[in-house]
Amino acid sequence: MKRFAISLIAAASLLVAAAAAEDNISTLRETTPLAENATPHPMPKPVNTDIRQVRNYPEQPPLIPHTIEGYQIDMNSNKCLTCHSRTAVEVSQAPMISITHFMNRENQFLASVTPRRYFCNQCHVPQTDARPLVENDFVDVDSVIDYVKAKEGAN
Amino acid sequence: MLAFLKRLWTTIRRPSVHYSLGFLTLGGFVMGIIFWGGFNTALELTNTETFCTGCHEMRDNVFAELKTTIHYTNRSGVRATCPDCHVPHDWTDKIARKMQASKEVWGKIFGTINTREKFLEHRLELAQHEWARLKANNSLECRNCHSSDSMDITRQSARAAEAHERFLFTGEQTCIDCHKGIAHRLPDMSQSAWHEEKPEDMMGNATAFLAARDRMPN
Repeated sequence: MKRFAISLIAAASLLVAAAAAEDNISTLRETTPLAENATPHPMPKPVNTDIRQVRNYPEQPPLIPHTIEGYQIDMNSNKCLTCHSRTAVEVSQAPMISITHFMNRENQFLASVTPRRYFCNQCHVPQTDARPLVENDFVDVDSVIDYVKAKEGAN
Repeated sequence: MLAFLKRLWTTIRRPSVHYSLGFLTLGGFVMGIIFWGGFNTALELTNTETFCTGCHEMRDNVFAELKTTIHYTNRSGVRATCPDCHVPHDWTDKIARKMQASKEVWGKIFGTINTREKFLEHRLELAQHEWARLKANNSLECRNCHSSDSMDITRQSARAAEAHERFLFTGEQTCIDCHKGIAHRLPDMSQSAWHEEKPEDMMGNATAFLAARDRMPN
């Protein structure tokens, strides 16, 4: 009898926990049942301020601070390079693609952009004004250094 | 031949025997209206998007590409059709362009671009013709809608405003210099520099430079 009661309580608490979890799980579908289509959120607007964003770590590919809608990047043409290429920056006053983009995998500098760096938006992305779906607690490396220094100072 | 022309001339300059002067003048007037009206109607018919996309060469290539661009769908719902950009709006220029277009009829009959591969092969040449035309008329077809007088650059992004101030308002460049590929996909641009420089010229410079270097004593 006692064992039966314990297993009953265990089963009941499992069910409650499962139900609670179901309510709490937030997915991109939100609460829309699988068989139905959710009303999509309005499209977020691209950030088009032309103000360069801080890099969160030195190796981060710089973000694109302008809209790139309809930019053609294929075998025939690369719209980004019409402003950011070595020869175009005098006219466009845009930042030139960095010298790393001319390096092949043996670290040899080529005369023009290396094919492995040709497709800009493999690494560089524009931003939108969308609210983040999940909170981001990324900490900048400078803060980490400050934190470590403070800790060492305290010890 | 000469005898025939002489006979024709005498027939034309002889006064009419059977028809009255009123009939001939009024008839000529009415026929003139019918002819002129018909001519213009036919001309306008060839100046529609339905006519252009009646051929698969246009419908499956350039028109399909236009559909993804801002000149087809946008927030205000104003859109450009094929002739808005590709046919001059003034009558004389329009007729001149239509006469040039007889070459396109030739191309249609002999299937110059009747497959996707053939079209891609000719794309650079075709694009260069349009760029040259727009360059020569100072991007007139762009300016039919986009007037630089009505352009409020304070409503543009900082980058666009600066570029228009530097290049458009000074007349240094015209729309097509920067806005190539605005409505269709671009051809192989490595064979055609973005700004005017012809590939032959670039090759010429390089060859001249290398030749000069070779002549130099080491």
